[in-house]
Amino acid sequence: MRATPALAVALAAMMLVSMTIGAASVDLGHAFSDPRTMLVLLESRLPRTLAVALTGAALSVAGVLIQALVRNRFVGPDTAGTAEGAALGLLAITILWPASPLWLRMVSASVSAMATTALFIAIIRRLPVREVMLVPIAGLVLSGVLGSVVTFIGWQTDLIQYIGTWLFSGEFSGVISGRYELLWIAGGAALLAWFAADRFAIIGLGDQVATGLGLGTRGVLRLGLAVVAVVTAMVVTTVGMIPFVGLVVPNMVARIMGDNLRRTLPVVALSGAVLVMACDLAGRLIIHPYEVPAGLVLGVVGSLLFLWLLHRRPAHG
Amino acid sequence: MIRIDGVGHRIGNAPILHDITTHLPEGRLTALIGPNGAGKSTLLRLVGRLEPLQQGRISVGGHDVSTTRTEDLARVMAILGQQNSIASRLRLSELVGFGRWPHHRGRPTAHDHARVAEALEAFALTPLAHRFLDEVSGGQAQRAHIAMAFAQDTDWLLLDEPLNNLDMAHARALMGRLRDLVRHQGRSVGLVVHEINYAAAWADHVIAMKEGRIVAQGDAHEVLTEAVLSDLYEAPIAVVSHQGRPLVLHHV
Repeated sequence: MRATPALAVALAAMMLVSMTIGAASVDLGHAFSDPRTMLVLLESRLPRTLAVALTGAALSVAGVLIQALVRNRFVGPDTAGTAEGAALGLLAITILWPASPLWLRMVSASVSAMATTALFIAIIRRLPVREVMLVPIAGLVLSGVLGSVVTFIGWQTDLIQYIGTWLFSGEFSGVISGRYELLWIAGGAALLAWFAADRFAIIGLGDQVATGLGLGTRGVLRLGLAVVAVVTAMVVTTVGMIPFVGLVVPNMVARIMGDNLRRTLPVVALSGAVLVMACDLAGRLIIHPYEVPAGLVLGVVGSLLFLWLLHRRPAHG
Repeated sequence: MIRIDGVGHRIGNAPILHDITTHLPEGRLTALIGPNGAGKSTLLRLVGRLEPLQQGRISVGGHDVSTTRTEDLARVMAILGQQNSIASRLRLSELVGFGRWPHHRGRPTAHDHARVAEALEAFALTPLAHRFLDEVSGGQAQRAHIAMAFAQDTDWLLLDEPLNNLDMAHARALMGRLRDLVRHQGRSVGLVVHEINYAAAWADHVIAMKEGRIVAQGDAHEVLTEAVLSDLYEAPIAVVSHQGRPLVLHHV
């Protein structure tokens, strides 16, 4: 596999650049002699860099899973009602128990995200298989409906600002040590998916083939749902939803390497990290020392990539 | 032996199968024939636990289909349903490789790789092994799916209309391959066929179905007679003998 080392080198190089740019100028060479430099690196730059990489990797893997579960390439965790579900869960726990501990908020967001994604899958399974475009449309409609419920509740309870940070402005400028560690859970969930990669690849071949090969489809469905929900919930609560990564990266990798997930998931994770890292760097450099949110840059880059993918789609997709 | 005992099935309010009791003999190639809507595919899918059993009992080689764990059944029988277009982008070698999954559950050994290579070779897919599923023809994809079931290497092989999309030569090669499995490797095969002459030429045992009931069963030459077939398909059908096998003339 030539893709993996190339992507790993690109990611490492960008992570290094990410450590050096920001409002405070920092010289990596003096990290060990200058305590102030070390402080900036450990408290701000390193957490941010790791947060970006983890978010990109985990969201891309979640995208592969949701696409395998619904057998449609035009969906991602941002268009399956998952992010809105996580926001709904956060909103509910914030209103019902404002002083709730962090872990409980995470559980609430994850469970709620799982419920709305399960709802999405239940809707999809009732649609005719051949109507490929109905799946993303159903996802957009569901996301829209859930999003408006979230907004309405937020408006009624004066929590609109919170919702904005969860759903609309995915960005990493607020990341400092102590405020991003939940993303490791997202990374762990994505890693868990890799151990079950064969199962997801088989599920992607249809229930019939999966049953014939002796795979309990319900168990795999549940595991996939859990991973997608946990990844999305962690991302939504820590940095806000990042659009398009979970949609475009799986498509690009599948086009080149296919759907043998055991082989492709590491490439998917690396590519996702590279893409979000590139967008975050771009956002930090365009109007330096100010920032454009990475989510915004991704919105532009991601939609262009997606249009290109649609245009170049082979006849048999 | 596959035992089917008192099996009934409904989809919504529509009865599909009525109290079916029959068996598929071991070490034989059994063909299920009958007009559209006879319930052949449903019966095969129930045996292959692709549909939940609503009524009655089915056992495959002594394993009760509704109580045996699905992963254990996958080492006893391989079932291939009718393919619906799947957008998965797997290479043919990877697809066939998944046929070994019930045996290795993710850790393929040299033996598994050898079986996959053998299955690819058996269905003339070796030159296409590195192509993606969406880059081959419908017939080639169909052969790859059959090769996957073949690689599963089970005592029972159940195929629902495996001849779909296959040209004459590949259809004949497949039937020959299946008979080979039965004669020389002691396997048992059950398949749904629409082209009656493939059943006439290759099947040992035939089960004829109509409107959810079995109307005839037994050795091929007992079932494939003018009387049974004309009644089964409600059309005048002539049966002659060709090289010792029945030959069904139904096209004029």
